[in-house]
This record gives sequence, structure tokens and C-alpha cells, in this order.
Amino acid sequence: MKLVTVTIDGIKTEAEDRTPLVQVAQKVGVKIPTLCHHPLVEPYGVCRICTVEVHMRGRVRLVTACNYPVTNGIEVFTQTDRVRRTRKLILEWLLARCGHVPLLNTMAGEYGITEPRFGRGDDTCILCGLCVRVCSDVVGANVLGFFNRGTTRYVGTPYDEPSDKCIACGACAEVCPTGCITIDDEAEQIRGELPLGPMTAIYIPTMQAVPHQPVIDYDSCIHFKTDACRVCATVCEAKAIDHGQQDRHEEIQVGSIVVATGFQPVDAQKVPQYGYGRYPNVFTALQVEHMVNASGPNNGQVLLKDGSTPKAVGIIHCVGSRDKNTHEYCSRVCCMYSLKLAHLVHERSGAKIYNFYIDMRSAGKGYEEFYNHLLEEGCEFIRGRVAEVSDWAVTPMETDKLVIRVEDTLAGLVRRIPVDMVVLSTGLEAREDADDVRRMFNMSCSSEGWFLERHPKLAPVSTFTDGVFIAGCAQGPKDIPDTVAQAGAAAAEAMALIDTGQVELEAYTAWITEERCSGCQICVPLCPFSAIEFNKEKKVSTLNEALCKGCGTCVAACPSHAAQQHHFTDAQIMAEIEGVLVR
Amino acid sequence: MATTTIPVTTAFEPRIVAFFCNWCTYTASDLAGTARLAYEPNAPVIRVMCSGRIDPQFVLKALQEGADGVLIGGCHPGDCHYQEGNYKTLRRFRLLKRILTQFGVDDARVRLEWISASEGDRVQHVINEMTDQLRTLGPWHARN
Repeated sequence: MKLVTVTIDGIKTEAEDRTPLVQVAQKVGVKIPTLCHHPLVEPYGVCRICTVEVHMRGRVRLVTACNYPVTNGIEVFTQTDRVRRTRKLILEWLLARCGHVPLLNTMAGEYGITEPRFGRGDDTCILCGLCVRVCSDVVGANVLGFFNRGTTRYVGTPYDEPSDKCIACGACAEVCPTGCITIDDEAEQIRGELPLGPMTAIYIPTMQAVPHQPVIDYDSCIHFKTDACRVCATVCEAKAIDHGQQDRHEEIQVGSIVVATGFQPVDAQKVPQYGYGRYPNVFTALQVEHMVNASGPNNGQVLLKDGSTPKAVGIIHCVGSRDKNTHEYCSRVCCMYSLKLAHLVHERSGAKIYNFYIDMRSAGKGYEEFYNHLLEEGCEFIRGRVAEVSDWAVTPMETDKLVIRVEDTLAGLVRRIPVDMVVLSTGLEAREDADDVRRMFNMSCSSEGWFLERHPKLAPVSTFTDGVFIAGCAQGPKDIPDTVAQAGAAAAEAMALIDTGQVELEAYTAWITEERCSGCQICVPLCPFSAIEFNKEKKVSTLNEALCKGCGTCVAACPSHAAQQHHFTDAQIMAEIEGVLVR
Repeated sequence: MATTTIPVTTAFEPRIVAFFCNWCTYTASDLAGTARLAYEPNAPVIRVMCSGRIDPQFVLKALQEGADGVLIGGCHPGDCHYQEGNYKTLRRFRLLKRILTQFGVDDARVRLEWISASEGDRVQHVINEMTDQLRTLGPWHARN
């Protein structure tokens, strides 16, 4: 590509021939105002606000910087009197149509317009067409278009009907320079359900994600709806984005497996009396956690749905734990994370914090001290299970508040506490797919769905399947230090098995005499360790002694006595029976 | 001289064959021993790794060989060392019971008990109770 020399406001620079002038100016740091321009769509040159003066071979011209291709030797001036006068006139024309748009008024101030000569119109759309171009060129939905001509021209959808082609991506509202396009209430409600979810379709799942790479959310990515967009791929300089990637299954041979599939938070809607999903300012602890994260969507600020700062916050403990209606067990971590959130929310918002607890369980290194610290900080602790959260105001104090009704079991009375924000400390529960995982690895589950260790004290990370170890919340609710300790143990156990290079077999394993096996396959489903397989070629069952644990269930079931167990053969036991019955 | 014959009352002592699983009931009987819990000596124990190993034929064989009762001990449901061997035992036991009823074997003679490793006293209780029941029930005449 040919390089040309361009001078902008006295700054000399090189650029590729025919690059739009506005891009070159941006590169050298010269600011040119734009309204209808957006780097993702073709320049349109309709708002004219980017007008600049170009000197070329002795000729002086006013051009629009957004769609003017640079050529060799041009000199550009962006702030001459003539340019400023022209821009001022353009702004006055724009104001004559849209007199009350804040952005235009700010710009007008910059150009010394106090009262525009042509009056102020009431429209908000400057007909820059950015929304129309984004909808067709980037999103590919082709929903928006221009209608009518001249003074009656406007932007809209065909026949002014809500279009079913609209995917509610919000790109038009995003690019609109005057803010005249807003997402309609219905869509706002849909978004409202995920107030703190990922903000875009491409995102890095968590700060600590491994590998630390962005992922594309298939369901919300525009490309997979309209086959257009690919904005991310356009802007990615490393050309790392591949929309054609497919899920693939890989088979990896391993010696041991650590199952650390974790937990899922209890769905707060399972406790309907706390109003999650019904009142916008009832949050789950995880959402607040997201909020207080400095790199999160709220930049670490604690805000209500309307963007204001709460003055009083109620934290309800044991939501979905220690409750016969959900889970009877204690989720172990909620007391401490509630205290942490109490501390952080207080720190960020200065709000009065109320903690509603059944028992404070702050067992652990430094935990009780932290609890005492919060007591000193002035955080209020009310012992009692909250009856309900409602917006039903009884006194003027409770107007527009969420009222937490609770029996204060220490004071011995029922209290109504008005707050602005309610945080539900949801418990931990086994993942929905825990049963599939359990079956895949032939493990057992407790009645609550947690994976069962071989022995709670002697083999806490082993399972009943050799070579499969468990760690973390998949085994039961636990906090991060415990999880890390357990993960270390599981990794060590897995390493030990690999290092040894051999597996010790049970002494009592079963075996199958092929000549006797009739191939009835009764034994196959009986084996809880999947040690027996049916050999289709030989039509006999075969037993893998490395997997056999020696229970003998298959032996007892074998109708042809083909299956036998070392040290417990049928003949041996029969002889024993005879032996104990000798007179 | 009149001779007096001393009536030798050989009271009936039932003979029970007990099949205990290695992990729960057998350990429980061990515990009963270390805890010095005395119980009737009528039930010699045959150890198997899992109650799932107990072939119904073993029970039939024991009854045929002259046992007056058979006791099967396994882990509590859900506690099986081999995950679910005791459920399989239960399945077989139900069927076996139906056959035994048809043979005229009294219900009390063949018994299945879940006794965990910590329940030594339960071993004592079950064996004593069963022995008592079989004493009143009398001998099982399989061979006649």
C-alpha cells in the first residue's frame, strides 16, 4: 500500500493512501467532532459537523473529514475561523431541528452559540442514519430505515410496526449520538432479569478464568442470529476470533482423575417469601459480590436498581440452608461471606447493615475476630429467621422501602425493619448434573447429592472407584481454605498412584471360568464397579481384576458357577457350612 | 436294689448358621467380643466379604445339613462397602423366603438383619432373640 504524507494542524504524519481523514487525525491526536460517524460502518458524511479545511496544491476546500480520503501532500486545518464559522452554522441548523439534545447544546456552547438564530426544534433525531447503517451493515437485521423525504423524513421500522426481525440487540441505541433511541420497557424487563450478568456477548468469564481468554455467548451473540456483525473479529488485531469454532470431544488417556465439579448456589426463588425476582432490590449474595468487585459492572459501587445508593441493607442468612423445605444441612460458608459483604457494603455505601441470622457460625482461623470486628463496626445482628420481605408499608417510615418482618428471638418481639436493599445469603447445593457425573465415575452420592468419600476420616479424598478422587464442594459445602487443602490432598493421592506405577489388587477378587460361562450376562449389571464386561465375540463375560473389589455379588448370582471368588469359592463356603454343622 | 435312673434331659439347643458381611456385621460381632458382651453360642459365624455374596443355595444347604435357623447380617441400606450389595441380598432374600414358605420353613428360622459395625449390642440382641425363638419353635427336621 502506498504511503502518503499528510499535515494536520501542523503535525506531519504518514498514512496509507486514501484513508479517511478522520482516522488519520485520530492517530495523531487531533480531535475532530463527529456525530454521524462510527468506525464500524462506512462513512456517510451527512451531519457535516466534521468539516475541516484542506489545502491541496494551492486550492482551499471545506470537506467532511469522515469520508475524505487523504492524498499526498495535503495540509489540513481543523480550527480555522472559517471552519469554526461553518461548524457553528451547522450546529445552529441541527438545533433548529433538535434544540434540546444535551450533546448538541454542549457542542453549541463550545462554538459560542447562546441562542441559535433559527430557533430550537423539539425533535431528538438528527437523521444521521447511524442506527440505520448499524442495523443493516453490522447487525444484519435490516429493521430500521428512512421513510418519507425532505422535511418529513424520519427513521423507523416498516409500516411503523414493531418488527419481528428486531433481535433487541440494542446496537441502534448504543450508537445513537443524541440518545433518541431507547430500549423499550419490555426489553428492559428481559434485561432486568439478568442485572449483573455478562454485559456483552463476548467476555472473559471470571477474572481468574483459566485459560484467561474471552468466550462468546452463543445465545446472545448477534453473529449467530443474523450471520452479520463480527465486530469483535474486526477490532481484534491479533485476528484471534474464529466464529466457526465448534464444540469438539477429545479423548484423553489418564491414570487418575480428580473430580472437583463444585456446587451451585441455591436458587433464591425457592424461598418465595423473600421476594427474589419479585422486588428489584432483592439480590442474591453472588450478585452483590459481583457489584462490590472493583472490576465488575458497577465498578465496585453498591447501587440499587434505580442507580441510587442504599441507606439501609438487610442481609438474610441461611437462605436455602438449615431449612427442611430446601436443605437441612448448614452450607458452612454463608455466615462468613455474609459478614464480608456486610463489611464491604458498609464500606462502599455507608449504609446501615442488618444481619438476620439463626446462629453465627464463625468457626475458623481469624473468623471469630472478624465477627467481633463487625460488631464493633456497628453492624446490627438480629437473631431470628426472617418471616418475609415485602413492600407493604404500614408506617410512613416504610414507604418505598422493603420491609423485613422477623422475630427477634433475643429481644423476644416481632420486628419490622425497613431497608432499601435485601441481600439473600444463598446456600450451596449439589450441582444439577451431579447424578450424571456420579454415574460416569461410578461414585456414590449422599442423599443431598454430594459425592461420597470412601471414608470420612481415613480416606477423605478417595472414592469407591480406584483412581478417582474428589475435592472441594463436590464433596460437601466448604470454604476456600478447606477446598485448597482438600485439592492438595487429592492431587497428592493422584500423584502417588501415578508414581507407584502399579495398582495393588484386592486379595478376594472374583474370576470367571470361560468354559463354564453360558453368556447369560446376569453378572454384568450386578457389578457396582463395572468390572464385568460381556465379550461379544466369545459370548462370555470377562472380569477385570483391577477393577474388582471382591464383593462376590456376581459369584452368588452366577447360575453356572462360572464366577468364583478367591478364598470364598462356592465349594469352600459349602464346606464351611458342613463344618459348622458337624454334630 | 432298686436302681434309679437319672433322667438325662438333653434340652434342645438350636443350631444357627450365621452369614455375616466382613465390613459391618462381622465387625459388629468383633465389637461385641471386645466389649465382652456375652451371647448364646448357638450361632457360629461364616464370614463373607459382602452379604451380596450369599447365594440362596447356602441357606438351603445349611437347612439341609441340619441347621435350625439361618441368620444373614449385612450393612444398613446405603452403607454397603460395595455400594449396593445389600440391596441385592434383600432382593434374593425376598424370593428365597417365598420358596422357604412353600417348603414349610417357619418365618422365624431364616432372618435378615442390617447391623452396622458399631452395633455390637445389636448382634448380641439378635442372636439371643433368635436362639430363644428357635428354642420354643423346636428343631428343624430337614433330614426326616
